[in-house]
Amino acid sequence: MTMLADNISLHLSGFDLLRNISLEVEAGKVTAIVGPNGAGKSSLLKVLTGEMAATKGEVYLNKRLLQHWPMLDRAQLLAVLPQHTLLNFPFTADEVVGLGRIPHNTGLAKDTEIIAEALELVDASYLQRRFYTQMSGGEKQRVQLARVLAQIWQPSHLGEQFLVLDEPTSAFDLSHQKLTLDIVRQLAQKGVGVVMVLHDLNLAARCADNLVVFDGGVIAAQGSPEAVLSESLIDKVFGVKSIIAQHPVTKRPLVIT
Amino acid sequence: MRHFSAPSLIWLLAILLPVAALVSLTVGTVDISLSDALNAMTGSSVNSQIHIILFDIRLPRILLAIAVGAVLASTGAVMQGLFRNPLADPSLIGVSSGASVGASLMIVTAGGVIQSGALLGLSLVAVGAFVGGFVATLLVYRLATSGIGTSVTTMLLAGIAIAALAGALNSLLSYFSDNDMLRQISLWQMGNLSGASWTKVIIMGSVALLLMGFFPRDSKALNALLLGESEARHLGIDVQRVKRRLIVLTALGVGVSVALAGLVGFVGLIMPHIVRLAIGPDHRWLVPAAALAGATLLVIADSLARIVVIPAELPTGILTALLGAPFFVALLLQQRKDV
Repeated sequence: MTMLADNISLHLSGFDLLRNISLEVEAGKVTAIVGPNGAGKSSLLKVLTGEMAATKGEVYLNKRLLQHWPMLDRAQLLAVLPQHTLLNFPFTADEVVGLGRIPHNTGLAKDTEIIAEALELVDASYLQRRFYTQMSGGEKQRVQLARVLAQIWQPSHLGEQFLVLDEPTSAFDLSHQKLTLDIVRQLAQKGVGVVMVLHDLNLAARCADNLVVFDGGVIAAQGSPEAVLSESLIDKVFGVKSIIAQHPVTKRPLVIT
Repeated sequence: MRHFSAPSLIWLLAILLPVAALVSLTVGTVDISLSDALNAMTGSSVNSQIHIILFDIRLPRILLAIAVGAVLASTGAVMQGLFRNPLADPSLIGVSSGASVGASLMIVTAGGVIQSGALLGLSLVAVGAFVGGFVATLLVYRLATSGIGTSVTTMLLAGIAIAALAGALNSLLSYFSDNDMLRQISLWQMGNLSGASWTKVIIMGSVALLLMGFFPRDSKALNALLLGESEARHLGIDVQRVKRRLIVLTALGVGVSVALAGLVGFVGLIMPHIVRLAIGPDHRWLVPAAALAGATLLVIADSLARIVVIPAELPTGILTALLGAPFFVALLLQQRKDV
């Protein structure tokens, strides 16, 4: 089962943000989207998650048109972590993560258990009773990550689940960047389809099954990181001279600039 | 740290409100003993004069205060959640400013028939206020709604624009009114519960019950909305429908309460805020607790309004602000110390 963008184009106030994009996000795989600022990465995520309607083309979630899913059912299959969340009310971390359980009817006891586990997973147990408004940027982002994880914590009888992350690591220090990627890999192993926008090519190369490179509203290349990452591509898309080496341990491509 | 757990605050208020109401029965121009008040409430016979004062004047007035206070504070909590702004209040959607134009218009144009002309036992001023409030809300909502949904930001701006327009119309009407009308207009704008009657209690009470019945269904949606509208949609909330429902309910609640009791300020803005400081922003607790707190505040304020300048009375709206504002400032100072 997949989340499928079929020949998507998006025009907004006279600009072509996306042109004829086709992308398949497979369940159990990690898809990473990279590209320069303004290349259309976030726009594609907005179309994929139904936040914006495509000018042309369709989005399918598990073979069914995205807009045909009832909202509550869709929320059980698709969790979305935006780049920024403007929450300025003093919820505790517990309560924020609990919001991720809104689409479910699992009862208070089960929800409390899931909330604690999700916070534990993102190394934020110590934040449980702290106010969201008083946390640092990285702490806030971890709590939000826990919230979307709690939303798809258990498999759904409705179909395969998908997680969409827009720059999940942007506010994280080194150890939490690694933690996030580990969590993403674990989720993929459990059968969740993950699609995320990343800025760090090396992070993307390390954890992606499918690496998608965006440039000017079109897909410049996609495939395994080994197949996609080349010195000429990085020069063409980012305008940066680089050397592609191999990571001595993981054997994944390593972009050195 | 939060100062109260939500259930304990609700219990506290649920005890405080009836106590305040009972004490309120005993105060006013005529002193009535607590035992007489208790006897009358439990159905025992009391002096007929006292009976009349209690059942025809004070009880409806207290019940009206409870219903108005509950409606203003709970709609305030809901609007603050919907607008994701802890300083929003029900007047943001234009209902209060529209209502005040409607009331002024009635006072100025129908000054002579105001006392005699009535509909359902309500004065023309009340009807004018309700219609004015409803029209203004409709206007604000229409301005902010486009093909892609209702923009909360546009609604805020439209509310400000409509409030400015209403302010100008109000000044214009005041300019053309005589001394007596002017006094009526300004008294009405201060908010007053002294005109309470059983008809008003029944109307306001049914609206309050309606709101209390509907709001709990949307409290989770409001919690999700604090994250943002698209985040709420990703959590399976039909944001547009929730927004429309809550705005209609708020316009109805505030419209009716402004029509029946004038502009009682402060309750809708500050009570939800105070309650949120105490128990946090979870709307499942916040909305009912704010309703109870608003009702309690208004009962206490109205009791004081009856006694501070005996044998005259102060408009209730003055007392709500006089009572609430210092309390709010004290809470802010306390919070500053905690952080």
